[in-house]
Amino acid sequence: MILFLIGLAAGIISGMGIGGGAILIPALVLFAKPEQHIAQSVNLLFFIPTAIIALIVHIRNRRIDFKTAVPIILAGFAGAFIGSRIAVALPGNILRKFFGIFLLAMGIYEIFRKRSGKQLQKG
Amino acid sequence: MDILHQLPGMVKKYGKYLLIGLVTGMANGLFGSGGGTIAVPAMVLVLGVEEHKAHATAIAIILPLTLMSAFFYISHHYVDWTITYKTMLGGVAGGYLGARLLNICPSRILRKVFGVFMIAAAVRMLF
Repeated sequence: MILFLIGLAAGIISGMGIGGGAILIPALVLFAKPEQHIAQSVNLLFFIPTAIIALIVHIRNRRIDFKTAVPIILAGFAGAFIGSRIAVALPGNILRKFFGIFLLAMGIYEIFRKRSGKQLQKG
Repeated sequence: MDILHQLPGMVKKYGKYLLIGLVTGMANGLFGSGGGTIAVPAMVLVLGVEEHKAHATAIAIILPLTLMSAFFYISHHYVDWTITYKTMLGGVAGGYLGARLLNICPSRILRKVFGVFMIAAAVRMLF
């Protein structure tokens, strides 16, 4: 039941443009207590089906800028390769500390950013 | 000769794309999350992509990167299918609920609430 509720919270906020992982991973670690790598792999797999559905809708509505996406994806593969290799090589407790630092930065960013771009365009 | 003239501009232009891709990919692999948090503001601020287009484009970028990162995690046996599918069921319901909730509760307040949760959780994980 707790896993369902954590997924529920992550699903709600992922629609708001905050990464679902920013809630999903710490909530899993604090309440379900899996190993850090497992929590991160749950988030990666969690993202796949929702992203596929969202992507189909966005492609139909022509909201995707492919000229921008393609070069970023190509460089991104190199980044994902490096990042994943580092992650699987690190012990779970060290990876958890790194994640904690990243989460702290994301939390501060969410609180202190003034307003979203959508509101800026209006003004 | 034309290409020679364009070369510095191309390096400068694509350098930004490559850097954004590299950082987004590394965060996605290392933290199993956070790619969108980096890619969306980077595209808006550095490349001048419109905000709503940046959100959609970020999904197109992060999906293939996530498939690659997930492959590495699974091949090192860092996977728990029971936790994954139970969480996913909640996620589907949450996605539906979130779309409705946004009309009632302004996302500006929800963002602050989740921001506080993130900081509190980060402190717990660090100490």
